[in-house]
Amino acid sequence: MLEAEKEKVIGSGRSSKDYWKEIWEARELFWILAKRDVIVRYKQTILGVAWSIIRPLITAMVMGFAFGKLAKLEVDTPIPYILVVMPGVIIWLFFSQSLQQLSLSMVLNSNLVTKVYFPRLIIPFSTILLGLIDMAIAMLLFVGLCFWFHFVPDWKIVFVPLFIVLCYLSVFGVGLMAAVLNVKYRDIGQIVPFIIQFGYFISPVAYVTDLAAGKWYYYPFILNPVTGVIDAMRWAMLGDFAKFNWISFIPMLVFILLTFFVSIRFFRKHENSFVDHI
Amino acid sequence: MSAALKIENVSKKYILKHNAQKVNSVRDMFDFSEGGFFSGKQKSTSETFWALKDVTFDVQQGDRIGLIGSNGAGKSTLLKVLSRITEPTHGSIRVRGRMASLLEVGTGFHPELTGRENIFLNGAILGMKNHEITKHFDAIVDFAGIEKFLDTPVKRYSSGMYVRLGFAIAAHLEPEILVVDEVLAVGDADFQKKSIGKMKDVSRSGRTIIFVSHNLTAVQGLCNNGAYLRNGQLIKFGEMDSVINEYIKNVAKFQLQQSWDRPEDAPGNDNIRIKSIELNSMNDLGNKIFDTRTPFKICFDYWNMYEEANLNISLFLYSMAGECIFNIANELQTFKKGIVRSECLIPGDFLNDGSYYISVMVVKDGVAPAFFFEDALVFDIQDFREGTDWYGKWPGAVRPKNLIIKSSQLELE
Repeated sequence: MLEAEKEKVIGSGRSSKDYWKEIWEARELFWILAKRDVIVRYKQTILGVAWSIIRPLITAMVMGFAFGKLAKLEVDTPIPYILVVMPGVIIWLFFSQSLQQLSLSMVLNSNLVTKVYFPRLIIPFSTILLGLIDMAIAMLLFVGLCFWFHFVPDWKIVFVPLFIVLCYLSVFGVGLMAAVLNVKYRDIGQIVPFIIQFGYFISPVAYVTDLAAGKWYYYPFILNPVTGVIDAMRWAMLGDFAKFNWISFIPMLVFILLTFFVSIRFFRKHENSFVDHI
Repeated sequence: MSAALKIENVSKKYILKHNAQKVNSVRDMFDFSEGGFFSGKQKSTSETFWALKDVTFDVQQGDRIGLIGSNGAGKSTLLKVLSRITEPTHGSIRVRGRMASLLEVGTGFHPELTGRENIFLNGAILGMKNHEITKHFDAIVDFAGIEKFLDTPVKRYSSGMYVRLGFAIAAHLEPEILVVDEVLAVGDADFQKKSIGKMKDVSRSGRTIIFVSHNLTAVQGLCNNGAYLRNGQLIKFGEMDSVINEYIKNVAKFQLQQSWDRPEDAPGNDNIRIKSIELNSMNDLGNKIFDTRTPFKICFDYWNMYEEANLNISLFLYSMAGECIFNIANELQTFKKGIVRSECLIPGDFLNDGSYYISVMVVKDGVAPAFFFEDALVFDIQDFREGTDWYGKWPGAVRPKNLIIKSSQLELE
């Protein structure tokens, strides 16, 4: 059998066909790395998974209070303001967490990068599970709130998984590029938390996009891909509350198409030199 | 037999930047000091460094190759290229069969995870399929001897347990080609024995092993063929023993002989001048190679400038740490002016392995030093063992084999 086995050639420059095949062959590793991140997350905590409920709940309550009551944004909403905030909070937590995990992924796994070979793309890919689980738990929380406020979302809620995929795709490209740059320039590790900190004020997390409509800054505002996702989520989750906003949706799709392929090319170009810089 | 690995003209280049102006963080940009980013003096120079240069050799299926060389010779770079962690700048490697590399024990172990979880994690990282790990799970736990601690986070493991678990997982990989780096440098003697035994089993089953170690004894015990690298180049490839001899000849910074043609240039004083001193081994490996079983001869000539004097020789042998292992002297003899030769035979199976140096003193009338020739010879004795599976450092200054311990059963229960 050995004679029949295909010869593998290690040299400079590899074919991309084999690369995707290798990624497929490493799917068990992907799964186990993803599981590792999840298991490790709440080790040595008392509340454990409860944190995944506490975080979105407290965030939504604080925002509902600050923006709804103090900033008096709740006066013209027909549904409880906390429900308006929820899709924003869910998306924002998913987005920011994924961005953070992605950008740090290569550096955090440097012990693997320097000692074992496997397609490196597995590492950033494997960070997705953690965010997805948190997202699923936050969705349950939303369902709970719906019961509490006797609010019934309509059929459009079936689009939610699609928008979650779009949200991940929109963060993936940026996160992947940040991960590559972070290998050589650790400044990225400083910039990302900073972006996350202010990004949430320029995205319609705790307010609605309509507030900006008609203003001069409306067009730069809707270029933010997170705006597109949150608008779409509000449309899907909140019944008749929001209309579908194509003006923010299309820039998001363009953003995804651009960053996704560019970032994968960028990653492929640099992954072989990670070990020399990490 | 077919080639499992064909390494063809593999080279790896690194660019070294000296006094580099590379801006790796924002802080560097605000370095206003001389030569800083804003000082305008961009005087960085770069140098090409070939960690590997045109390395070519074939590894046959079932071969056990020992890679040796001093630090920085390119052994680790070659292993990294072989295990695809880094790409070669030129050249290629053709691999036939599934290859696994083990550059570290317990790669990717997560301290928070339990032993059980880490077995699956590490196994997957090393390229095992889930069902293979499940199949070998009990054997791994048994080999590592950690049954009781299976559900304890590995951060609470002793370092020995950690290493044992790491090696146990790696040992149950079933690749056709296994690349191993220095893993035997860790762990206690018992575990080293176990792991060498395991590697021997692996090689007996027809698998190919490439093994890097500084422990020549272990390499010798395990490998049939060897490759000696120096400064990124392959110096010798062939039978392990001859490769090791080549290596020893090269790395030894010994001083195995010194000689002077004219008394005027030679060290000494008005009465005694050193002519030559030489160390020769009395075995058939070539007379500059010493291992623990080699008898060797010290040959010492000096010019005696006294018209007539009662002289003898006192010889000191020191360990590298400066400890005197022994001092011997010969009988007083009367010598006329001229050259005096003295010889001393040191038997094999007497000194332990290690580095030694020798000083010689010429003594007049049995009491007065006429000349003390310090650090005259420096040499290394290599380890040699057979019939044992233990490769740890042999303790002691001497290893006298002719001292025999006899045991007998005194009483039966």
